[in-house]
Amino acid sequence: MLIDHPLLGLRDSSEFIYMGDAKLLNRPNWKSQNSMTKFIDYGYLRKNPAGVHKELWYHEQGDRSWLVVTRNTVTHEILKVELARET
Amino acid sequence: MRNSSHPITNKQKLSFTFNGKKYFGYKGDTLASALIANNVKIVGRSFKYHRPRGIFSAGSEEPNALVELGAGPYKEPNTKATNVELFDGLEGSSQNFLGSVNFDFMAINDLLKNFIGAGFYYKTFMWPKRFWEKLYEPIIRRAAGLGKLSLKADPSQYDKGYLHCDFLIIGSGISGLMSALLLAETGGEVLIVEEDFILGGRLNSERLVINGNQSSIWIGQAVKKLKSLKNVRILNRTTVFAAFDHGIFAAIEKKTDHILEKSPKPRQINWKIYTKSCILASGAIERSIAFPQNDRPGIMLAGSVRTYANRFGAHYGQKIAIYTNNDDGWRTADDLKNMGLEIKAVIDTRKEIKALSSCIPSYLGQTITKTYGRKGIKAIKLSSGSKLNVDCLAVSGGWSSNIHLTCHKRGRPVWDNIYKNFLSGDNAQKDNIIPVGATRGIFEIQNIISDTNRVILSLIEKNGLSMPAHIKLTSSKEQYSCSLDLVSSSNPSNSFIDLQNDVTQKDIELSFKEGFKSVEHLKRYSTLGMATDQGKTSNILGLASMAKLKGTDISEVGTTIFRPPYVPVAISAIAARSRGKDFKPTRLTPSHNVASKRNAVFVETGNWLRAQWFPEKGETFWRQSVDREVMQTRNSVGICDVTTLGKIDIQGKDCSEFLNFVYTNAFAKLPINRVRYGLMLREDGVAYDDGTTARLGENHFIMTTTTANAPLVLRNLEFVRQCLLPNLDVHLISTTDSWAQYAVAGPNSRRLLQKIVDKPKDIINENFPFMACRELTICGGIMARLFRISFSGELAYEIAVPTQYGNALFDALLSEGEEFNAVPYGTEALGVMRIEKGHAAGNEINGQTTAQNLGLSRMISKKADSIGNILSEREGFNGSNIATLSGFKPVQHSQKLEAGSHLISLGKTPTMENDEGWLSSVAFSPTLGHYIGLGFIERGHTRVGEKVFAVNLLQNKTTEVEIVSPHFVDPEGIKQRG
Repeated sequence: MLIDHPLLGLRDSSEFIYMGDAKLLNRPNWKSQNSMTKFIDYGYLRKNPAGVHKELWYHEQGDRSWLVVTRNTVTHEILKVELARET
Repeated sequence: MRNSSHPITNKQKLSFTFNGKKYFGYKGDTLASALIANNVKIVGRSFKYHRPRGIFSAGSEEPNALVELGAGPYKEPNTKATNVELFDGLEGSSQNFLGSVNFDFMAINDLLKNFIGAGFYYKTFMWPKRFWEKLYEPIIRRAAGLGKLSLKADPSQYDKGYLHCDFLIIGSGISGLMSALLLAETGGEVLIVEEDFILGGRLNSERLVINGNQSSIWIGQAVKKLKSLKNVRILNRTTVFAAFDHGIFAAIEKKTDHILEKSPKPRQINWKIYTKSCILASGAIERSIAFPQNDRPGIMLAGSVRTYANRFGAHYGQKIAIYTNNDDGWRTADDLKNMGLEIKAVIDTRKEIKALSSCIPSYLGQTITKTYGRKGIKAIKLSSGSKLNVDCLAVSGGWSSNIHLTCHKRGRPVWDNIYKNFLSGDNAQKDNIIPVGATRGIFEIQNIISDTNRVILSLIEKNGLSMPAHIKLTSSKEQYSCSLDLVSSSNPSNSFIDLQNDVTQKDIELSFKEGFKSVEHLKRYSTLGMATDQGKTSNILGLASMAKLKGTDISEVGTTIFRPPYVPVAISAIAARSRGKDFKPTRLTPSHNVASKRNAVFVETGNWLRAQWFPEKGETFWRQSVDREVMQTRNSVGICDVTTLGKIDIQGKDCSEFLNFVYTNAFAKLPINRVRYGLMLREDGVAYDDGTTARLGENHFIMTTTTANAPLVLRNLEFVRQCLLPNLDVHLISTTDSWAQYAVAGPNSRRLLQKIVDKPKDIINENFPFMACRELTICGGIMARLFRISFSGELAYEIAVPTQYGNALFDALLSEGEEFNAVPYGTEALGVMRIEKGHAAGNEINGQTTAQNLGLSRMISKKADSIGNILSEREGFNGSNIATLSGFKPVQHSQKLEAGSHLISLGKTPTMENDEGWLSSVAFSPTLGHYIGLGFIERGHTRVGEKVFAVNLLQNKTTEVEIVSPHFVDPEGIKQRG
């Protein structure tokens, strides 16, 4: 696969580390009510759909950007690539 | 036999051996064409029934002619003779026989055929279960099979390469060459990949006319033009074997397979090709017809008989019959007749057509019901009852577009009822794979020319590129129509569908009867379409047979789809240079040269090579060296390379807030020029790394990580920085490779360092206490960083210099240390001393233990948020019963301890229920004179003095041990503070 890195253009997926569901960006507030339940949900429940999915990719063999890639997991079509820090 | 007037006979004569016998061929031959010219009919034995088999096709689709090439470690089994370019000195041999290929003892299986049909093994060798692995499988594997490996390491070199282009053209037949000529004019980068060693594809097999001349003249002109263009690259002997996402393809180029001399150059190159569009001009593959005894040597695909005759001047026998269900079979008859061979008959299954050639005896609406000649066809019997003597039978079941690559991304083929052929589905277009010519289901040359012009010009237009003129070619006129008469009704048990796997029509019937009716089930139950040829000539026959049984059409039966690789690819070629010591990079520490000179024994830790111990004269056993290194360090001073620990430079005005978040403990109040130990948890509350972090300035920290986790920690820090706390001003960079770092430990460490640093007074205890750090200069002005930290428990320091001074500093420390009897120590002594001191390391922080297990729960700050903070409060991680880090020593001091032993209360049996913990690290302590261990045991901190069993069930050993403090040496920390 090729990932259209917002800063570097098309890069081969082998340069990246895959981290799955981009939900990991939404870390719960540690002081919120039921924070334990929320953290268990955050830590253990990830989506793995057959279809459009927002995922985290880390450009480890590159500029070390964390990217949010919107990808169709069935066709491997990549719909959108953003820098995680800008989402 | 060879047609003596064929131009190939003017080429260089080559000698080769097959099954030990010497033969001659010509440059330009394949092994298969040379064997045909030498009238070698039996080239192998079939997979299951060991029936004699001959050459069947002329390309990658070959199911029968699998041979072993080369000798010794160069031996390569399962090579298709039809793809092997002949060279002088080639050694080939048949495979899968016992005795000789002409008299194979395993042919007994053929007589048992009625008993060993599809599913036989599944049904028969069920019981007793344990016999499968030891008895049944080895016997079956020996009997059924392909070639044998040499079982020696492959000495050839392989390489990987990367190519980028705008247009990848797969195949160099007429549509491939036309596409290349048109696309080259757009100025885009064009890459033509051809599996054969010559360009021209199917044209080389035909006697077609283009622009009034033999087609070879046009091929020559087109190739000359393409070779002159800077934006065109041509790779022959190269097969594209896989199509991946986003225009990525894999191809294997055979560089030196056709050269006898073993060259130091790569034998094959595994290319990864990136392209914007792919033109698939991979042509079509002929299929067979299933009829009784249709597998005899001398029965071949009609188009291949034509290839051997036209391209190589080679043919079997003088009396040839053609069996066809389509117009193309008649073309073979015409071409062979033109060569002066006798055409005994054209048998066409179609009744309603007119004979396509007037001067050939033709039998319309007939089928072949029987054949004769076990070791080479001698005669055929027709449905009308007449028997004809023949020595070669050319069979054509029609042509299938070679759409293999369009299926690799799950493209579903669609059935074309006009030409009785599967075409690529819509998603091939979406993936920018554009079939042209016969791959698009167009089989007449005049239509291929006009259609290729149209398809390629519309692609150019769609891409907004400058439009070239369309290529004007005049050509022969062809006509092609095809029926679906693919399977006969008589004698299904020896009507072969799949020659490579010995799948007969009866096996298809059996699958149907037993309920394996879907194509996917049929394939797996009968093995139809598996192995090295992937059913290229047989799949449609199987589907037609199943359709007939179901009383429906092929379009409704559907088809399995093709998967990579298109042709078998050697594992060596996929590994390329990544094998042996080149499998991964090797990182050397800055002291590597000095350590080598001192005969250090090295150990791999990740990619690093680290000195494990430094044997001295007279030391024959590793423990002698390690014990000495420990004692010399504890008694005076030792030096150890700790460069491999990860170092991350952290700067920015928010870095203390950042560190508070990534470590469980607080760093914000750490004074400048001080070091603090930190523990990192995963978000699930499990400990994963620890290390020290030094503060060099208000906004400048140096973090160290464990050697193994250095990349992971940086990845996680970047995750926090970019994804969780993007508003903080923090910058990270790995400086592991930039600084050489040495531990200098032992009571004389300060005195040694004072000889090196430029201002010795700066490091006296009052100015530079335990856990201090600072930047200073050494050896007359060299920048250095000094940290007063101790992993051994001794008075100790770590000193870092820019890597280029690392080797010199190690040398200097050892020579300046001579007066103290300073010793270099390796990772073993390092490990012994940290166990003696009770410091946790990788064996304790192993991804399964928590801060609570490690006795570090007080390090989790509850005042601020940090990774893992919340989930570390989980019930299961807390409470009074959890296992905690403890020390252990054998009650009998002479006894040895073993890491991994489980801890069981005295008097209890060693079962899972009674398991209370385990020993994680053990060592012989030269300081104490007996074995010691660290481990985890339930409520360990409350059980000091209690005796338990350490049980090693693998060696059936039980040792009584006493629970003690994990700090065996200097528990008060007096030494490290001294």
